[in-house]
Amino acid sequence: MPEWKDEVRASLVGLELEPAREAEIVEELAQHLDERFGDLVTRGVAPEEARRTLVGELRGGGLAAQLARVTPRARPAIAPGEERRGVLLSGVLGDLKYAARQLRLNPGFAAVAILSLALGTGANTAIFQILDAVRLRALPVAKPQELAGVKIAGKASRTGWFSGRNPDLTNAVWEALRDRQQAFSQIAAWGTDRLDLSKGGEARYADTLFVSGSFFETLDVRPVLGRLLTPADDRRGCGSAGVVLSDAFFRRELGGDASILGRTVSLEGHPFEVIGVTPPAFFGVEVGRRFDVALPICADALIYVETRRSTSPSAWWLGSIGRLAPGWTAERASAHLAAISPGIFQDTLPPRYDAVDAKGYLAFRLGATPAASGVSSLRRRYESPLVLLMAIAGLVLLIACANLANLMLARASARQKEMAVRLALGASRGRLVRQLMAESLLVACLGAACGTALAQALSRLLVAFLSTQRAPLFVDLAAGGRVLGFTIALAFATCILFGLTPAIQAARIAPGEALKANARGISGGRGRFGVRRVLVVSQVALSLVLLLDAGFRRENIVVAEIDLTRAKLPAERRAFAKTELLDRIRAIPGVSSAAIVAVVPVSGNGWNETLRLPSSDTKGEVANFNRVSPGYFETMGTPFLGGRDFDGRDVPGGPKVAIVTQTFVRKFLKDGNPIGKTFAQAGEAGKPDLVYEVVGIVKDAKYTDLREEFTPIVFLPEAQDTELAPDLRIVVRSELPPAGVIASMKRTLSDASPAAVLVFSKLETTIKEALLRERLMATLSGFFGVLAALLAMVGLYGVISYMVARRRNEIGVRIALGAERRDIVKLVMSEAARLLGIGLVAGTVLALAAATTARALLYGLTPGDPGTVAGAVFVLAAVAALASFLPARRAAGFDPVRALRDE
Amino acid sequence: MVVYVDMKHVAPQVGRELKKGSAELLVLSLLAGRPRHGYEIGKLIEERSDGVLRYNVASLYPLLYRLEKKGLVDGRWVEKAGQRRRRYYRLTPRGKSMLKERRSLFAEFVLAMNRVTGGEHA
Repeated sequence: MPEWKDEVRASLVGLELEPAREAEIVEELAQHLDERFGDLVTRGVAPEEARRTLVGELRGGGLAAQLARVTPRARPAIAPGEERRGVLLSGVLGDLKYAARQLRLNPGFAAVAILSLALGTGANTAIFQILDAVRLRALPVAKPQELAGVKIAGKASRTGWFSGRNPDLTNAVWEALRDRQQAFSQIAAWGTDRLDLSKGGEARYADTLFVSGSFFETLDVRPVLGRLLTPADDRRGCGSAGVVLSDAFFRRELGGDASILGRTVSLEGHPFEVIGVTPPAFFGVEVGRRFDVALPICADALIYVETRRSTSPSAWWLGSIGRLAPGWTAERASAHLAAISPGIFQDTLPPRYDAVDAKGYLAFRLGATPAASGVSSLRRRYESPLVLLMAIAGLVLLIACANLANLMLARASARQKEMAVRLALGASRGRLVRQLMAESLLVACLGAACGTALAQALSRLLVAFLSTQRAPLFVDLAAGGRVLGFTIALAFATCILFGLTPAIQAARIAPGEALKANARGISGGRGRFGVRRVLVVSQVALSLVLLLDAGFRRENIVVAEIDLTRAKLPAERRAFAKTELLDRIRAIPGVSSAAIVAVVPVSGNGWNETLRLPSSDTKGEVANFNRVSPGYFETMGTPFLGGRDFDGRDVPGGPKVAIVTQTFVRKFLKDGNPIGKTFAQAGEAGKPDLVYEVVGIVKDAKYTDLREEFTPIVFLPEAQDTELAPDLRIVVRSELPPAGVIASMKRTLSDASPAAVLVFSKLETTIKEALLRERLMATLSGFFGVLAALLAMVGLYGVISYMVARRRNEIGVRIALGAERRDIVKLVMSEAARLLGIGLVAGTVLALAAATTARALLYGLTPGDPGTVAGAVFVLAAVAALASFLPARRAAGFDPVRALRDE
Repeated sequence: MVVYVDMKHVAPQVGRELKKGSAELLVLSLLAGRPRHGYEIGKLIEERSDGVLRYNVASLYPLLYRLEKKGLVDGRWVEKAGQRRRRYYRLTPRGKSMLKERRSLFAEFVLAMNRVTGGEHA
C-alpha cells in the first residue's frame, strides 16, 4: 500500500500551515486516500493504476490553493531569545505584546509604576508647558521674527515717575525715537494701565493699553469688526478718542454684540467711542497678559487731568516695539539707535533734573533686542523660579525612576528562573535585555500618557495660582509639538533610567546557578543587592533636599483706596474732606485704628528723593519717602524706638518734621541722639532744599518689596502735604473679619462721598500676592518634597522587605540558634538605619548646596538653617523607621523550622 | 470533480455562486441526519447521484474546512475501539438553519428552471 501521508505532505509544501493543523490534515486526507485506494482495488483496478489515479487527483485538484484560502497560516513562532538579524526592530511588536501581558499579570506593580511615572512626568510636562508658553512661543502676529523691542541698553539708573509694566521710555523720548529712527519700517509704543469701567461706587477695572497710532499696523493685526487705531487717531490733544476692544473683552462685557460699534464705554468716567475689535488670537505684545481696551496715547491727557504721563518729561511709562526694515538685524538697529541716542536724549532732557540726574540721562543709549516672542514682565519674574521648579520636578522624576528601578530589580529576581530557562534555551543576553526594555518602555509610555493628561490639569492649576486679582494671568496652554516632543523624550529618558540597569542585571545571571534547586544561599547574594541600596540611599538624599522649604508671614490690615477725582473738590477743600473720611472710618465699630498713607507698603509702588546731609559731602544719598497721618505706626504695628508720632503740632505752616527708620539713623545720623537733628531733601532744579527735623524713630519696615533689604525711610506728616492729590489711601486695623469691615467701610464712604471710586484690598492679600513666587515655590516644593519622601519610603520598604525575604534562611538559623525576636528586629532595622544614615548625610550636603542656589529666589529661607534641616531629617527618619519596622517585625515572626524547610 | 454542464450559459459570477452554493448544500444535506466522516460524505454523493457528481480528495476537504470555518459544520476526531481515529463532521445550529434556507432556495430555483425548461412540453 502506498505511503499516502508522504504524498499529502508533498502537496502541502509551501502552505506554511501551523504544524498541528498540518498533521491533522495529512492524517485525514491520507485516511481518505487509503480507503479510496482499497475501494478501487476491490473493484478490480490494478494497484498501480489506482495509485496513479489518486495521485493525479491529489496533485491536479489545486489542493494547496484551495486550502490556502480556508486554513490560517502559521504565525511566526514565538521563540524567546531568537534573534532575527537583518531586520533591526523585527519582533518588537511581539516584545510589546508580551510586555503588556506581563503588566496585566501584575496589576499592582503596573499601577504603582505607572502612577509614580505619571506624577513625575506630569509635573515636568506641566512646568515645561508654562515655560514654553511664556518663553518660547512666538507672538500670534505676522512674521514675528522681524519684531524687535527698543529700550535703554545696559543698566541705566533713571529718576522720575515709573508707571505700567514696561516703563522703558518717556513719551518725549518715544516721539523723538519715532521721528528719527531708520532701522524699523514701522515702530510703535504702548503703555499699560488699569482703568475703571464703573460710573461711580466700587471700581471695576479693565486692563488697558495706551498705544501709539502705529501699534496695530506695526504688528500687522487686522480687525474682526470695525477698524483699528491709526496714526490719525493718535495726535497730541486729540479730543474724544476712539477705542479698540479685545475679542475676549468684547464677548465678556458686551456679549459679542456687533452693534457696539459707535457706542461708548466708560473709562474713569469718560465716555470713549468703540471703533473696532481685534482678532481672538491677539492678546497684545506681552505674553501672560491680555488687554481689554486699547486707546491712543493722546487719550492719557483726557483721563489724567492733573497728572499726565504723556506730557511729563520724566514719566517713564512706554514700551516700544518695531518691525525691522528689510536687511536690518537687531544688532545693526542697536548700532543705529546708539548713534541717534545723544540727540534724542539732549532734546528731551527733563528740566526738573539736577546736574547729577542730567549727566546720567544724557549718557543713555537706546538698543534693540529681538522680540519675536513679545515682551513679558512675567518672563522676567517667573523664568528662574520656573527653571528651579523644573529642576525640582526633575528630581521627583529621578526619585520615581529610582523607585521603579528598584521595583524592576525585585521583579527581575522573581523572574530569575524565567530568564534562566530562556538563556538555557539559547536566547542571547542582548535579546533578554531587549525584552525587559520593552516592558520598561511600555510602562514609561503609559506613565507619560497619564502624565500628559495630568499636566493639562496641573499647568492650568499653576496658572490659576499665579493669577492675582490685580494682575490676572493669561497663558495660552495649548499643548504644541514642542511639549509633545518634550514628553516623548521624557518617556524614553525615564525608560532608560529605570529600565536599563535592572534589565542588564537580570540578563547577567548564570542559568545553571539560577536553575539549581532554589538558588538558596545562607544569605542572598550581596552583589545584586548593592544597586538597590545605592538607589534607596539616593532616594533618601534627594527627598531630603526637597523637604526643605520656605515660610511666609501674614498680617491683618485692610487698605481702602479712595479716588475723589470725580467729586471735583477744589484743592483747598481736599484736606478737610480727607480728615472727615478718616474720622468716619475710625468711628466704624470694630475698627481699632486707621491712618492715611501715601505709599502702601509692599504694594510695589515707591517714592524716593535725594538727600543733602550736613555730615557728608556726598553727591546725593537716596532715601525712600512716605507721607502718613497720625496713628499710622499704631495701625501697622510698627514700634517706636524713640521720639513721638505725628500729632496736632504738625500743621501746614509749622516747622517741617519727619519720622525716620533705624536704618536711616544708622546710615545718615550716626552720632549722638538723632531726635532733633535735621536733614535736607534736595529741592527741584531752581528751588531751595527742604529741611526736616527728626521727631521720631521707628523700627525698620519693608517698603516696596518684601524681598529687599531694609532701606532708609523718611515719613512726613500728611498734614504738611502742600500738593494734595484728589485721591487717598487709608490703612485700617480691625479686630473683626476683613469682609465685614470692608462692607461697613463701603457703606460709610458711599454715604459720605457718592462720587468716590473705591478699591478695597487686604494687606495680607497684597503681601501674599507680592510673595506669590515664594508661595508658589513653597507650596510646590513642599508638595514635591512630600511626594519624594513617600516614594523614598516605598523604596526603602521594598528593599528591606526584599532583603528580609532573601535572608529568610539566615534569619531562620539565627532564631533556631536562640536569637531573640528583639535581635532580629535590630538586625533588620540596623540595615535600614545604615541606608538611611548615608542617604541623610548625602542629602544634607546636597540640600545645603541647593539652598544656596535657591536663596536668591526664596524669601525667608536661610540656607543651612539648622532647625529646618533637623526638622526634615527627623520627619524622614521617622517615616523610614516605620517603613523598615514592618518587614523587621515580619522577619522576627519567622517560624525557624518553616523558614529552613521551605523553598 | 463536480460537473455542472447545465450551468455553462449562466453568467459567470452567478455560476460560481451556484456551484459553490450547491456543493455546500450537498454536504450540509448529507450531514442533516447524523455526523459523517469525509470519505463517507464523498462516497454518498457519488452513489446517490449515480456517479454524476463526484468529489475527489482535493475538492472535498477544502469544502469541508470552509464550512467549518464558517461555523456551519463542526469536525471532531472520534476514536472507536479497535479502529484508527476518524474525523467526523456534524451540523452546528447555524448549519442547520442555513441548510433549511438553502433547501427552500434551491427548491424554488429548480421549480423555476422546470417551469421554463418544461414549459415547451406542457
